[in-house]
Amino acid sequence: MNMLIYLIPIALFMGGIGLAAFLWSLKSGQYDDLQGAAWRILADDGPDTTDTKP
Amino acid sequence: MTCCTMDANGVLAMSGTSFSAEEVALASRSLGSGLKQLDLSVPGVHCGACIMTIERAVSKLSFVREARVNLTSRRVSCVYAEQSDGHATDAAEIISTIMSVGYRAHLFAPIASENDKIRNQLLLAVGVAGFAAANIMLLSVSVWSGADAATRDMFHWISAMIAAPALVYAGRFFFQSAWNALRHGRTNMDVPISLAVTLSYAVSLWETMHHGEHAWFDATVSLLFFLLIGRTLDHIMREKARAAINGLARISPRGAMVVANDGSRRYVAVEDIAVGDQIAIAAGDRIPVDGIVSRGESDLDLSIVTGESNPVSVCSGATVSSGAMNLTGSLIIQATKLAKNSLLAEIITLMEAAEGGRARYRRIADRAAALYSPVVHLLALLSFLGWGLMGGDWKQAMLVAVAVLIITCPCALGLAVPVVQVVAAGELFRKGVMVKDGSALERLAEVDTVAFDKTGTLTIGSPRLVETIAEDAGEVALAAALALHSKHPLSQALAHSCGQTEISFDHISEIAGGGLVARRGDVLYRLGNAAFACEQAPGPSSDSARSEVVFSKDGTMKARFLFEDAMRPGAEDAIAKLHAKGLATSIVSGDRQSVVDSVAGKLGVDRAVGRLSPKQKVDECRMLSEGGHKVFMVGDGINDAPALAAAHVSMAPATASDIGRQAADLVFFTEHLAVVPDAIQIARDSAMLIRQNFALAIGYNVLAVPIAIAGLATPLIAAVAMSTSSIIVVTNALRLGVLRAKSASQPSVRSTFAKEARIA
Repeated sequence: MNMLIYLIPIALFMGGIGLAAFLWSLKSGQYDDLQGAAWRILADDGPDTTDTKP
Repeated sequence: MTCCTMDANGVLAMSGTSFSAEEVALASRSLGSGLKQLDLSVPGVHCGACIMTIERAVSKLSFVREARVNLTSRRVSCVYAEQSDGHATDAAEIISTIMSVGYRAHLFAPIASENDKIRNQLLLAVGVAGFAAANIMLLSVSVWSGADAATRDMFHWISAMIAAPALVYAGRFFFQSAWNALRHGRTNMDVPISLAVTLSYAVSLWETMHHGEHAWFDATVSLLFFLLIGRTLDHIMREKARAAINGLARISPRGAMVVANDGSRRYVAVEDIAVGDQIAIAAGDRIPVDGIVSRGESDLDLSIVTGESNPVSVCSGATVSSGAMNLTGSLIIQATKLAKNSLLAEIITLMEAAEGGRARYRRIADRAAALYSPVVHLLALLSFLGWGLMGGDWKQAMLVAVAVLIITCPCALGLAVPVVQVVAAGELFRKGVMVKDGSALERLAEVDTVAFDKTGTLTIGSPRLVETIAEDAGEVALAAALALHSKHPLSQALAHSCGQTEISFDHISEIAGGGLVARRGDVLYRLGNAAFACEQAPGPSSDSARSEVVFSKDGTMKARFLFEDAMRPGAEDAIAKLHAKGLATSIVSGDRQSVVDSVAGKLGVDRAVGRLSPKQKVDECRMLSEGGHKVFMVGDGINDAPALAAAHVSMAPATASDIGRQAADLVFFTEHLAVVPDAIQIARDSAMLIRQNFALAIGYNVLAVPIAIAGLATPLIAAVAMSTSSIIVVTNALRLGVLRAKSASQPSVRSTFAKEARIA
């Protein structure tokens, strides 16, 4: 039963990482355009909107 | 990719209006450090190729820093520099660039942030509840597999600690809504949900403290998790519709050119126009506020204001109302009312007064809850008293009562309605119809009478050449070539239908309220109304359903063209289908009776009333609903808005006036009128599925409740029963797609049958 002492925190911690990742993805706007994202992965090369500009 | 074949010239011609640099600057917001952001609505984007085309084209502009297309909300947001090379940049170029690659772009007011926040909060709550449910379930499985004594207690305590914050955070949507309902002396679905969640948590905590065997933390949290998913889907569906509707072009102008006393002109926002201001209105602009024409002559298109399908000519001294489109000449008008007191404001007052069945309508879920929650709570109370009085063990009695509450908790009921409605809304979305909220679908399933507006709804609102009376085809070609030079809708219809011939004239001028005069060599041609073309005194205006254009050569008539408002495609079929479904149809229009009668006759509509004021349209709806009918109103104009609000449920085309779209429950984006019977069919199918889901959920309760009352329900049984019933209900909701696929093969048979029946 001693292993529970570290197994449970590990389980909770891993779940917590999942939750944190979800919160981060939500905050950074990754769910704002689900349809667009589905199309964008098919594009060969995204138009460089930020890098090539002077 | 079929959607990417738009023709750039066609789009430019269709859009008609262009935006001035001032107007665009007014709509952009500043990001600081010389950068500005402009959000545009581009309803035409459909696929990956559209995204790339637009982003590439806009990024090529030297002053644009970033351009990103959002396909879900059909928007483009551009970040651009206010200054480049020392000059102020012209952001209107962004719009013209998007148009040049073949998409229509409009400005829109960014008011959406409020609702997006709610969506994010709901998603956050789903995430938190999901996290908590998964972890508690993990611990519960260990308990069910045989952990006991100290281990079980520890697992229960950990579960309790995970559940507490999750309940407060994720459950607040239900608690708030339940509290609101109770405070107003009503119950809704959230009352039994909140009660079950709170009570089961409290009892589980008490059990844990006393080293009890059964704790219900897993049921409590997964219940919240399931219900939040339903609620989030429902919210996203409404949000999607709202974004799409807000993205449409605003028909009322956002600014106007005010002419000062010294002749200088400046562009001001509509709200800042004062009474007495002189406003310049170019051909092709809409009139921003009510006023009197002080200089100039022109023809006005009133179709969206009154439903009148033919343009009306105005000259100095005439009163004009806001929303009318100036067609041929430039006008200077003097504002007589502020924007907030203009026609639109009067319509809004009428609308508020008209709010009919909609305000009184109670959602089916709430009606079910009103019956359901007293029964459930009474059952729980009875089992508590029964076990307590008979056994004398009040603790055991409390446990049984909580088991009853959890088993009967309306998890399936809470999902029964939203899931069906989300599936139905998705189905309608694919057909080009936006549903603003779920209750619209419920109300749509009940309708038995459909009332149509004529101009812009049954008809497209633009004329079509139906008859040419001419001796010589050469004259017709001449007339068409001349018509090319005017923006008047009749001229444009003439030019389009006769094909393009290159004939040059020496001198052309347009007389507002008359027509075109052109000189070619020493011959004088005229194209316009009969009186103008043949240089007679204007006769009394006829009440004919057709409008006439005459082409003359040196004052003698050479050709006559007769026009009619073009019918919306599929109108006839749609009416036939509605009749086949047993619905009554009628037309309520502001246009002349003869025109209305001719349309009604052609389509086979049961009843047609013309010359109605906005107020009379409301009365018409009210009369029908007092007769026990549920009216479905389809209309587009400013004058229809009060009737749209008064009807049981209403629908407007995407081309409708802003206020019409706001008043309607559904907005359709297609040209085709077949969506009207389709929408009713989908609403009826979904109503049937909702009833089935209720039956399933209640059936499950009838089976499960005796087990709970007998005191045999363990947390494991509850968890299994709850998830199964939810899955069954969701699966049943997904059958809507199958139902649609089946009925899709039938309509053709049904409509031809209906047609034959009508002909016979």
